[in-house]
Amino acid sequence: MPKLARLALIPAVAFGLAAAKAGPISYTLPEETAVFRPGPNVEVAQNNCSACHSADYINAQPRNVKSKKDFWLAEVTKMIKTYGAPIDEADVPKIVDYLAATY
Amino acid sequence: MLDRRELMKRAGMTALATGFGSARAFALETVTLPFDNGERPLVNYPQKRPMIGQTSRPPQLETPFRIFNEGPITPNNAFFVRYHLSDLPFDIDPDKFTLEVKGKVDHPLKLSLQEIRKLKAVELVAVNQCSGNSRGFFNPRVAGGQLGNGAMGNARWRGVPLKTVLDMAGVQTGAKQVTFNGMDGPVSDRTPDFVKALDVDHARDGEVMLAYGMNGEELPFLNGFPLRLVVPGYYGTYWVKHLNEITVIDTVFDGFWMKSAYRIPDTPCNCVEPGTTPAATIPINRFNVRSFITSLSDGAKVKPGRIRLKGIAFDGGKGIKEVAVSTDGGKNWTPAKLGRDLGKYSFREWSLAVNLAAGTHELKVRATNNAGDTQPAEARWNPAGYMRNVIETVRVTAA
Repeated sequence: MPKLARLALIPAVAFGLAAAKAGPISYTLPEETAVFRPGPNVEVAQNNCSACHSADYINAQPRNVKSKKDFWLAEVTKMIKTYGAPIDEADVPKIVDYLAATY
Repeated sequence: MLDRRELMKRAGMTALATGFGSARAFALETVTLPFDNGERPLVNYPQKRPMIGQTSRPPQLETPFRIFNEGPITPNNAFFVRYHLSDLPFDIDPDKFTLEVKGKVDHPLKLSLQEIRKLKAVELVAVNQCSGNSRGFFNPRVAGGQLGNGAMGNARWRGVPLKTVLDMAGVQTGAKQVTFNGMDGPVSDRTPDFVKALDVDHARDGEVMLAYGMNGEELPFLNGFPLRLVVPGYYGTYWVKHLNEITVIDTVFDGFWMKSAYRIPDTPCNCVEPGTTPAATIPINRFNVRSFITSLSDGAKVKPGRIRLKGIAFDGGKGIKEVAVSTDGGKNWTPAKLGRDLGKYSFREWSLAVNLAAGTHELKVRATNNAGDTQPAEARWNPAGYMRNVIETVRVTAA
């Protein structure tokens, strides 16, 4: 597992001595493994959502909500209005339907 | 603005895309938090022991709850991680790092880490807790990070009082607030950068700290290396990581992360009727009172007879006055013995020996602080899923 070994070694060297002159540090996140679940228009969701966050953010959201469609429409709207996600108007219903049907 | 290739490189997705690597090795084990859709991978990150993987980008790691039974201090490698935005400062040269202090000050400053470390240091044990800690337990459920109870931790922070640096800069008359910005930022310039604000009197109270040390070591990268704000008794949203920009302003800051996000209902309980929208909101601020049983988890099986229960309690800075335990679902309460006092912002350990006859028992724990504030029997609700502090219940079977 070379990747694991590399990840484990970097911090050991870079962060080893707290008080000493530390020098530059470089942090590497583990590989991102979460993927979007298959479903109609998955590529639309993937293209629009994954620039800013990983798929596990979606995957972990509650399923036991009153209306999945309302829940996901509110989330997609929040991403556009509040976080400035550049999502085409025409893609919004596709993404909401995908999320409501798949998660 | 968006640079997906760079982003994918940083997230390690290139290796995944080309089929190389041991990606699966990071999530062989899972934990299931006790609410709907609560399964999460246990993940391995540099400088961290296996943590509950909430989201990988931006990184959000929750502390496995049993860690809180090991002592009142949360180890650095088990301390929770919460970022809002995905552009992290992965490469930092501590020798080139500077903290800028500007705005309504007489002498704008640019301080190196070495200069900050030469200032008179202070230490303080304080809990950091995510505003949305325990959000997964909200009913009705709300969107956001679906956390169990592990988005909290208690550390001994070392650094300099923010007051020291503000006094060096000379805060001008008429200053109202101080804003804090870190090196992390959004991947799109249309996403508001994460900037927080404190009232100037709060910022100069001598307790708010610029911390470079945590439990005798440097800050772990994911906890804000090389410098973070410590705001004792306040929710973690104010504890800006990778802090490199402090601005004194003569207005009330109207940035997104103060004006629109991290708001709580402006009602005495900071709660509303479940499912409703508050008429007015205020910025989230101090912790309410919480307590936990850490020695037994829900659904545990024990031998009948005498057993010592153990746990932690904390609040927003009045200090814990009493912890009481019920073994009969809340009918009768017995005061527990409090552990060592590490300061009014710290976890306070408690323990109590109880007798459990054969059968099932509803164990409950309730803390009261020095102001007389305590915990509600029924969970309170707000739309963002913040500030949960219901009396916790652990159901065990003695057999």
